[in-house]
Amino acid sequence: MSDHHHKETFITKYIFSTDHKMIAKQFLITGMFMALVGMLMSAVFRVQLANPGEYSVLYNLLPGGWISEDGALNPDKYLALVTMHGTILVFWVLTAGLSGTFANFLIPLQIGARDMASGFINMLSYWFFFIATVILMSSIYVEGGPASSGWTIYPPLSALPEAIPGSGTGMTLWLLSITLFVVGSLLGGLNYIVTILNLRTKGMSMQRMPLTCWALFVTAILGVLSFPVLLSCGLLLLFDRSFGTSFYLSDIIINGEALHYAGGSPILFEHLFWFLGHPEVYIILLPALGIVSEVIAVNSRKPIFGYKAMVGAILLIAFLSFIVWGHHMFMTGMNPFLGSVFTFTTLLIAIPSAVKVFNWLATLWRANIRFTPAMLFAIGTVSAFITGGLTGLILGDSALDINVHDTYFVVGHFHIVMGLSAIYGMYAGVYHWFPKMYGKMMNKTLGYMHFWTTFICAYGVFFPMHFLGLAGLPRRYYTNSSFPMFDGLSDINEIITFFALAGAVAQAIFIFNFVYSIFKGTKASKNPWKANTLEWTTPVERIHGNWPGELPVVTRWAYDYSKPGAEEDYIPQNVPLKEGEEEH
Amino acid sequence: MATIVENNAKKQLLWIGMGSIIMFFGGLTSAYIVRKPEGNWLEFVLPEYFTISTIIIVFSSIVLFFVKGQLRKNNSAFQLVLSVLLLGLLFTFFQFKGWQQLISQGIYLTGEGSNASGSFLYVLTLAHLVHLLGGLVALIYVTIQAKKNIFTTKDSLAIDLTSVYWHFLALLWLFLYALLNFY
Repeated sequence: MSDHHHKETFITKYIFSTDHKMIAKQFLITGMFMALVGMLMSAVFRVQLANPGEYSVLYNLLPGGWISEDGALNPDKYLALVTMHGTILVFWVLTAGLSGTFANFLIPLQIGARDMASGFINMLSYWFFFIATVILMSSIYVEGGPASSGWTIYPPLSALPEAIPGSGTGMTLWLLSITLFVVGSLLGGLNYIVTILNLRTKGMSMQRMPLTCWALFVTAILGVLSFPVLLSCGLLLLFDRSFGTSFYLSDIIINGEALHYAGGSPILFEHLFWFLGHPEVYIILLPALGIVSEVIAVNSRKPIFGYKAMVGAILLIAFLSFIVWGHHMFMTGMNPFLGSVFTFTTLLIAIPSAVKVFNWLATLWRANIRFTPAMLFAIGTVSAFITGGLTGLILGDSALDINVHDTYFVVGHFHIVMGLSAIYGMYAGVYHWFPKMYGKMMNKTLGYMHFWTTFICAYGVFFPMHFLGLAGLPRRYYTNSSFPMFDGLSDINEIITFFALAGAVAQAIFIFNFVYSIFKGTKASKNPWKANTLEWTTPVERIHGNWPGELPVVTRWAYDYSKPGAEEDYIPQNVPLKEGEEEH
Repeated sequence: MATIVENNAKKQLLWIGMGSIIMFFGGLTSAYIVRKPEGNWLEFVLPEYFTISTIIIVFSSIVLFFVKGQLRKNNSAFQLVLSVLLLGLLFTFFQFKGWQQLISQGIYLTGEGSNASGSFLYVLTLAHLVHLLGGLVALIYVTIQAKKNIFTTKDSLAIDLTSVYWHFLALLWLFLYALLNFY
């Protein structure tokens, strides 16, 4: 069991690898590539919103036929860009890129395992994801363009191939791609759960497990319980699209001709979709929150405040995420009583969320904080989580939500609470674990530049959106210049676009730092952050099997920082308790 | 020790995987339950072939319970496992017969004359059959292994996993049958 060294070829080491660390990097690199694509898409449609109907040099990035003769972006391709941006960011970057990277990288290392329970299933998980990526990207180049009915693919636009240009082949490829994506996610999720349940090293009880692993564990459970519902939802949609059933369609007339569909309901689709959709928010968020807990504790040089409460909050958030989906559907003619039930369950999420925020702040309080780039991004996550959470209270309340439903208020809210929190968490994770991933240190100065430009630009983009929403500006519209009532808002749109473009450029700092540091970065020591978790007890050089010799034995929790009486301000989990020393 | 951990991990993989399948069918059946009271719903009698297949899959599940007993007596499990496989194939045959009868009754999956009630029936039964195919593949593997007489009471993971999954498929079918018949 201890000897895991074996001859590796280029293909088994870098391509069809079964080593969890390499698979994590594959997820990270693919996720970063997709993040770049998704971000460029948003840059293009932000330019359209700032200068409606005008030519932009950015449009040269787009496939032929997406631009009209006068050089403007085609309206249907604007919808395609918005749809693909949402799909890529929600699923490819913040689900697979975040969870796939850190679950794969951290779970075996932090629980003291040689690898995942099944390296083969783990490899399959990535390759399903990769094929899904290829199919999604290829859908950009098919006739009619990619799916265009929003990342939520509501019928009838998604169910009738003739509805809009993107409803044809593009939509079919979207469904195929997401099906493979879900299969990959399920394989990964099953592996993460079973690995944590079975392969924890001696002494690593669940009560001693780092919060990162707790968050990734619960995320995996959310995934295996909610993604299958998306599959069932997609299956019925596929039958409607391809075989002409009427699950979601009824009384449709196209070009004056009545179609045969009868009795179906698009609201049924929404129920099934959001039953996945809301847990998906926490599939995205929880890994970031787990990463943040770890990074904040390490860089505060203090034990995480309220470990058990943090675990309880993760579990409660996960449970509640299954019974709040209706808050996405307050405007569907829902019975007001049912709406009030969903309001109640939704607002309950504020309790565990507040517990988490309180505990992070209490950990930071009077701490000897080290402001590493990872720490800045971790604090940035807490900031975005609070800002976005506050507007969540408004959207979670049915009486308030109807005033701003489907406006830019919603766009601003979910980008801050879900997008920024998770992206910042992901950045925190990359900066923090980069030395373990690549054996090199990332450049700190570039890290600070990256954080501050990103932080300022992100708020510059999403904060003003709340005011647009309060003024009634609807989301997903190709242009806002056709409605005189919104003329006064065009300046705000220009400012948002300026920050969006500046923020996009700022990410080049990160990409440069990432690539440069892999090849030219300073060599990392074994435990550069003086952290307690087990991954920092592994050698700097990558070993398939993680530890040479025996696996470490755990005797304490992961948060023995600045423990009174200790020689140093950290005690790794595998350091035995001294005689008479009490566990935390 | 490693084998025990690995076996436990494989069993857990199956149980969690079955949890995912439950959620998948939970999505489909909740859609069925929500859709039916909305109206425009054609009522029809379920083909009797589905009742026959129900009896067959329950019987096959009961037969599987005797496999471990055979192993405890140091007997070969081949004949019992083979009979479960044959019953599984018979179940599949009667599912097809059920669909044939539906078509002869004018109940279609899709098209002008179709109705959501028929579409749901086809989708639910088809989805179950797709999952059952996995069970049949597992049974074929176990049957071949049993012919080689390699299973013992202590080393029967493949039989254990296949049994759990097959019982699960039987229960799932019973649930679907009850839902389609009585709701």
